[in-house]
Amino acid sequence: MRSFDVLIVGAGPAGMAAAWAASSPSRRVGVIDDNPAAGGQIWRGGERNSPWFTRFRTCGAEVLKGESVLGRLSSNTLLTSTGNAIEFGKLIVCTGARERFLPFPGWTLPGVMGAGGLQAMVKGGMPVDGKRVIVAGTGPLLLAVAAYLKSRGARVLRVSEQTSFHKLRTFGKALLREPGKLAQGIGLRAKLLGTSIRSSSWPLRAEGAEGHLAFVTLHPGPRRIACDYLACGFGLVPNIELAALLECRIDTGAVAIDRWQQTTQPGIYAAGEITGVGGVEAALIEGQIAGYAATGDRPRAETLFKARDRALRFRRAMETAFALRPELSTLADADTIVCRCEDVTLGQLHDQRSWRSAKLQTRCGMGACQGRVCGPAVAHLLGWPADSVRPPLFPTAAGNLARHSGTIRATGEIARKYKESVSDSG
Amino acid sequence: MTALEIIINGNAIEVPEGTTIAAAIIRAGVTSFRKDRGPLCGMGICFECRVTLNGRAHERSCQTLCQPGMEVQTDA
Repeated sequence: MRSFDVLIVGAGPAGMAAAWAASSPSRRVGVIDDNPAAGGQIWRGGERNSPWFTRFRTCGAEVLKGESVLGRLSSNTLLTSTGNAIEFGKLIVCTGARERFLPFPGWTLPGVMGAGGLQAMVKGGMPVDGKRVIVAGTGPLLLAVAAYLKSRGARVLRVSEQTSFHKLRTFGKALLREPGKLAQGIGLRAKLLGTSIRSSSWPLRAEGAEGHLAFVTLHPGPRRIACDYLACGFGLVPNIELAALLECRIDTGAVAIDRWQQTTQPGIYAAGEITGVGGVEAALIEGQIAGYAATGDRPRAETLFKARDRALRFRRAMETAFALRPELSTLADADTIVCRCEDVTLGQLHDQRSWRSAKLQTRCGMGACQGRVCGPAVAHLLGWPADSVRPPLFPTAAGNLARHSGTIRATGEIARKYKESVSDSG
Repeated sequence: MTALEIIINGNAIEVPEGTTIAAAIIRAGVTSFRKDRGPLCGMGICFECRVTLNGRAHERSCQTLCQPGMEVQTDA
């Protein structure tokens, strides 16, 4: 069995910073990540000029790529997608965030992707040269994605930001206190000269031709625009599944932590977007604090508290500026698919009262993504709180589970306890 | 950039090294990955891009880089 003094789950900015801070010649530090390379989503396939790549590469941590955590075998052992066990002394969970998708008619057509989703695909080698793209949704990510796609030859027809101009202006004032971010924002805007950027605008529906997206209708107007791709993401959702399975307390969708980045489970730390979506700088600071604190170097961790406070202020400004408007929960009609894995429509969900009944009656959230896409959508549309997390965290071959006798039973027990703890806390 | 060849639905296609299988499938002109769906999240979450890879079903094509000689079947 592989064994580490400090195991970090996730090799995005938070995980990279945590590994670097935790590393020492006498310590075994391991980093496990589902993706083919380190960098997380924000640094996927590039940004190699960031000093963090050099720090990470040379810090001595062992990196396990293309491997994900499926569940827990014992209090200090995790089971991974290769069917192997990893033992840890301290654990730092840096599982990042995913995009929030809100269903609207036509959103299941090929060619409709996440905003970060299309960017990730293009970074993976998908050509967009000459393609007509609409970027929509909410958050600073939209401008970054639009600028990136343009740099790869796409014709970005329009950026539709759901929030209001008034809220954007208030956010702009908050940016004035963050010269680095302000400069980034101005830089992005400059790259998008000539691109129409609209506030209070969002997709109403997508229509296809020959099995692929062909038109997007946007509010206001409504205006129907011919395009090849719609890159649409409504902000980010923390990937709390592993932390929840490990019985860490979850507070309003994010992992609850103390000032040392420790979760409510002793010896388990969390850093980056899973503690609240704050961006790459916040993730790097939190990762370092977690890395130092997990290895007993509290004085060093403390030197970063001020920087973290500042990052958290920015996070709050961002949450206010890009809060989702109520109209977005009325985009889907009764025939719109909400659960893409199991083809469950909004109409079918209207007959249900809770996640539990929806799962039992419709299989909503029980497909391959295990509710990662429809969960946040249902929370927004119907207000149902998230249901329990069950192992395995990702679909896997039965053989990977069977190799560890008792695994399924043990992890099932953990899931049951978590569910009880959630219902106890109301 | 070094190119490599993989097989998508029986047809050989050459892609640059570092290309994900999902990107290679789109390069090959295939739009439907699973039923009438295409990739959504691009980062291993949504499972809409899953394909049969070298006979193994349900592999996420967006999280896997092309390796020479891989055989990929969509709409499995």
